[in-house]
Amino acid sequence: MKIDRRSFLALTIGGAAGTALTPLPWKLTDDSSIWSQNWPWTPVPAKGENSYAFTSCNLCPGGCGLMVRMVGDRAVKIEGLEGHPVNDGGVCVLGLSGLQLLYGATRVKSPMKRVGKRGAGHWKKISWKAALAEVAEKLGKLRDDNQSHTVACVTGSKYGTVPALFKRFMTVYGSPNVMTTPSVSDTLEMALQVMHGVEAQVGYDVENADYILSFGSGLIEGWGSPVRMFRANSAWRESGAKVVQVEPRLSNTAAKSDQWIPINPGTEAALAMGIAHVLIKEALYDDDFIRNYTEGFAGWMLMVLEEYTPEKVASITGIDKMVIVKVAREFAGAGKPLALCGRANGETPGSLAEAMAVHTVNALVGNINQEGGVVAVPVPEYAAWPEIGLDSTAQNGMAKDRVDGAGSDAFSLAESLLNRFAEGAMSAKAYPVNALLVSDANPVYTTPGAKDFKKAVEKIPFVVSFSAYLDETAQQADLVLPNHVYLERYEDMPVMTGLQKPMVGLIQPVVYPLHDTKNVGDTIIELAKTMGGSIGDAFPWGSYEACLEEALGDKWEMLNEDGLWQDEAFQPAAWGEAFATASGKFEFMNPAMNLMPSYVPLNLEGNASTFPLLLMPFDSMRLASGFISNPPFVIKSVEDTMLKKKDVCVEVNPATAKPLGLADGKLATLSTPKGEARVRIYHYDGIMPGVVAIPRGLGHTADDKYMAGKGVNVNELIGSVEDRASGLDTAWGVRAKLAKA
Amino acid sequence: MKEAQGHKKNKKFGMVIDLDKCTGCGACMVACMAENNVPFQEDESDKLLGTAWMRVYKMTNGKPFPETDVCYIPRPCMHCEGHAGHSPCVSVCPATATDYDNHTGVVSQIYTRCFGCRYCMAACPYHARVFNWWDPVWPADMEKMLNPDVSVRMRGVVEKCSFCYHRYQQAMEKAYYEERQDIEEDEYQTSCTQACPAGAITFGDLNNPDHAVHQLAKPDNKHGGRPKNPHAFRLLERLGTNPKVYYLSSREWVIRAGDNYVKNEKTGSGGH
Repeated sequence: MKIDRRSFLALTIGGAAGTALTPLPWKLTDDSSIWSQNWPWTPVPAKGENSYAFTSCNLCPGGCGLMVRMVGDRAVKIEGLEGHPVNDGGVCVLGLSGLQLLYGATRVKSPMKRVGKRGAGHWKKISWKAALAEVAEKLGKLRDDNQSHTVACVTGSKYGTVPALFKRFMTVYGSPNVMTTPSVSDTLEMALQVMHGVEAQVGYDVENADYILSFGSGLIEGWGSPVRMFRANSAWRESGAKVVQVEPRLSNTAAKSDQWIPINPGTEAALAMGIAHVLIKEALYDDDFIRNYTEGFAGWMLMVLEEYTPEKVASITGIDKMVIVKVAREFAGAGKPLALCGRANGETPGSLAEAMAVHTVNALVGNINQEGGVVAVPVPEYAAWPEIGLDSTAQNGMAKDRVDGAGSDAFSLAESLLNRFAEGAMSAKAYPVNALLVSDANPVYTTPGAKDFKKAVEKIPFVVSFSAYLDETAQQADLVLPNHVYLERYEDMPVMTGLQKPMVGLIQPVVYPLHDTKNVGDTIIELAKTMGGSIGDAFPWGSYEACLEEALGDKWEMLNEDGLWQDEAFQPAAWGEAFATASGKFEFMNPAMNLMPSYVPLNLEGNASTFPLLLMPFDSMRLASGFISNPPFVIKSVEDTMLKKKDVCVEVNPATAKPLGLADGKLATLSTPKGEARVRIYHYDGIMPGVVAIPRGLGHTADDKYMAGKGVNVNELIGSVEDRASGLDTAWGVRAKLAKA
Repeated sequence: MKEAQGHKKNKKFGMVIDLDKCTGCGACMVACMAENNVPFQEDESDKLLGTAWMRVYKMTNGKPFPETDVCYIPRPCMHCEGHAGHSPCVSVCPATATDYDNHTGVVSQIYTRCFGCRYCMAACPYHARVFNWWDPVWPADMEKMLNPDVSVRMRGVVEKCSFCYHRYQQAMEKAYYEERQDIEEDEYQTSCTQACPAGAITFGDLNNPDHAVHQLAKPDNKHGGRPKNPHAFRLLERLGTNPKVYYLSSREWVIRAGDNYVKNEKTGSGGH
């Protein structure tokens, strides 16, 4: 057939007209628009009955109350519990992200046994029975060989029933080596022990203070109970209280304060002593308290008057002497002044002499155990568990010296010195460490000198982790016996972070356990029973819950009902009864222990010619730096002045950076005596020239791609410097060098 | 609904953020993500590519050490009223995917209508709108934590802060169920307001003199809602977007940073 122009047009037009008359094009358009709006891969969250479940947060020691929004059996959102004494409805970034830890990819889903090389990440799933049997067998063998003391244990807190169970286990097993993750609470506790003669925690009545002098405490950067401090900070705005922040860096706390006093790094104690000098010299102190309730003032006063003149303190701290005098006068003149210590978020214990110096500033104005002052808060008492009988192996083991030297003649005040553990384990001076148990702690990440700690762990033949997550420490383990996540379990949580009253929070399950995990309390009880003998006898409880209920005794009912127990009636002891020292008074110094409030310059690692700068870690609420890693939401909230792609940003003053040729945003190499890291330069006017500030909490290597491989872990760049008096880590920084990458 | 039906006058939900109290902790951002099913990616350090309805910006006064000062400024959607509901984004949307609700003052965003032209993003002077370049991924069991009250978005659409409108709907439903015509101030609060540990965010009806937001900002409705409180300001006031988010600050440099001032211009003059 011949196709001419006419028939071609007729066919085309006719065809088009015919097609247009059929429903086909409309059907196709409709289908494609439906198709383009069909996203089967986009989840549709299931509906269900709405309810709230109540519990406490344990992602930091702060003790906030939580209400978890439930839809059916799904937990969909964590909210702050209104009316709770700590957080009253508020909640922090990490607390809000807790469900990502529960439902996230970093959980350990069942007991696991290492199959490849240490840290290579090859694991085999095993049963709980097999896991417990293996731990029992390994520990049993060490005990049979009279090596029980070579087993060490690290827990997160030292308070509460779970650490108590670990301690009980270790005691009856026969090892003195129980350590806890350190913090400034340890130092403050020692200060109270020395100066008050009491076993108590330092509480601060921040809500009622009207002049807050903070020696570098990150009041709104994680110090104390973070949400409580946020609320206090807002209350100060409304009440007109004055906040003075002493710190080398314009932190968020400094920016929010009424007065920021930049100070040479590490010289806060000198300023405290300088203020004490002015208070004494100008007779601005509380005469009644000093005269009637203190001991050793006369001697100490002479030293202060001679050693810490404003001129001298000005040259140490770099603060104008008139500022020192003015702050001291304002402090004394305020109705309820309060001096706070513990740098940044308080994870570094710091120097005991410094804690005592700041405590003395409080004592001089007589605000000890007063409204708006410092309160010695006793540790909540628990019902006693049955006595335990130690067999001869346990007795021999317990009589051995500790690996970390805590409680020895040199460090008689210390209960635990995790910062000294790595050296003790590496050198094996007294004995090698043959096994390590780790629960609710991640020392391979959190200990300053983290690389050394890791090396020490690598040397230990048997490492057991009880972590719910495959964190850096769990990665080095031979066996992981995973705990439930806090939203799946019961646990008590004594809140020891500066509250004015004794308080215990209750962690309660809000969802059924998702995986084949076990409450670590139950794990310990079952382990003890598997080992049998005197060890098994020490754990008569059928379950951890039974043990918890027994320990909490008369508190249990209130805890179970309200989710928290607080000693509402608690009143701080009056001055006449507050002090249990040898003199029965507040003691300014302890000559026998050669302890007094003073400024002890710190010898930082590295020499000044090779490392001309100072590196200081800083804390942000948008980064968790402790045992818990940063869930995706937390990482998402991190500023781009802290993290860019995979590089951490370090704050450098333009005046320091420019002569080094370090432009804003450019890569550089940061080196310290401990190591080297690639960093990005962030020009920040708020950092003192000569100082480099680096965020703490980055550089995780464990966990998934959302959490790990971002920035560097500052604990790998910084070492531990031990305090002469306490043995605790007191390094607030390290010498460093920056060079173009 | 008509006035004649016995309903009260229109509401105008808005927010007052006290920058003297704001600590820059970021809880508002995360509370928003958790409430509104906002997704996350492996790398969130490029803030232009990520999705966040609430973002906290860090500002400095630009002075050298030790005169430096820092202030954080949380920025949700401003829910601009413009003139008679002509907010910048609503005016340009070719798909009617975003609209101004005269009853509540909320600027809506309907994801299934949005076809991703991003005109609204270009029009928004506050960078309050974000585009989904990728489909969201919730690894492991994280789909379990999705909130059924907020639709999960897909790639190719724009999203933004809704003032947690679903919470308003729920509160109203509850009120109707209890045979009340209206809700109390505390019955409808956004997720960020609820979470803010510093209590820096206040939320409520700007038209209601009993509500805290009205008392704090003292909006002057005769003059486009400009605040009568001398410490209150709005971002880019002189653009005339008539936003419903007010900021409080006692620091003059902060107030000046909220708008484009010429050098010798008086603070708060607002360009009028």
